[in-house]
Amino acid sequence: MYEMIAFYLFSALTIVLFLITVMSKNVLYAMTSLASGMVLISGFFFILGADFLGVVQLIVYVGAVMALYSFAMMFFDATRDIKEKNTPASLIFLLGGLSALVLVLMFAAPIHSEAIQALYPIHDGAGNAQDVGIVLFTKYLVPFEVAAVMLLVAMIAGIILAGKKMDQSLTKDTSVDAEDEILIQKDAK
Amino acid sequence: MIGLSHYLIVSAILFSIGLMGVLRRRNLLMLFFATEVMLNAVNIAFAAISHFYHDLTGQMFAFFIIAIAASEVAVGLGILIVLFKKHGSLDLDDLASMRG
Repeated sequence: MYEMIAFYLFSALTIVLFLITVMSKNVLYAMTSLASGMVLISGFFFILGADFLGVVQLIVYVGAVMALYSFAMMFFDATRDIKEKNTPASLIFLLGGLSALVLVLMFAAPIHSEAIQALYPIHDGAGNAQDVGIVLFTKYLVPFEVAAVMLLVAMIAGIILAGKKMDQSLTKDTSVDAEDEILIQKDAK
Repeated sequence: MIGLSHYLIVSAILFSIGLMGVLRRRNLLMLFFATEVMLNAVNIAFAAISHFYHDLTGQMFAFFIIAIAASEVAVGLGILIVLFKKHGSLDLDDLASMRG
């Protein structure tokens, strides 16, 4: 009963929040609704018994990724509304609706579920974190290490891309200053 | 009672919302947001299948998707900052420089 209420509440709220994210003209509104939608998605994970995944979702997505977005927002002019020439809405809604229909039909199609066997079954006695830890550090050890290297590479790439010429202002128009400098140099000669 | 299909249908709807955003938006930052929506929708489907078939593989894939999403955001935002420094805008129409 409570699961049902929680499921319908979370799904309605996430759909509305993500629609705001996709439709909003304001970057701040979009980012805030994306962050709250991600919190609600971690609620789905807790309902599904994937406690560790829910905690990771909260820490990584809501904590790290959204903080990264909000830091990046300081570089862009976030308060201004975005003017964009959108593709005709009717076409997009048609395509989106069609893909939703196809996906729902695919997912809701009957499958021969007796043939599916759990490769790494969930144990009833152990908690979710223990189960996940054992499988992650035995069967998925190599992908785990590769993911660690990938995160390291991403960190270096982020530092190099964003940190270069950090002392120059982004909001000030530097092109005029550059021309002035060239003129000044010519005058000096 | 809530079954697997309920979760999969919610996940499909969220994925389509993200796809709609990717098709509709022209601002690169908004395209990133739409991508995050799609990744989250897929994570719900993985967690739901993992729960209803008592298999941990789905949760493992969701973990790796989260790791990939985090590194994608780190590199992507760096590229966005460089682009904004160069062009002063994040609109795809302004950035299209290879028009014939």
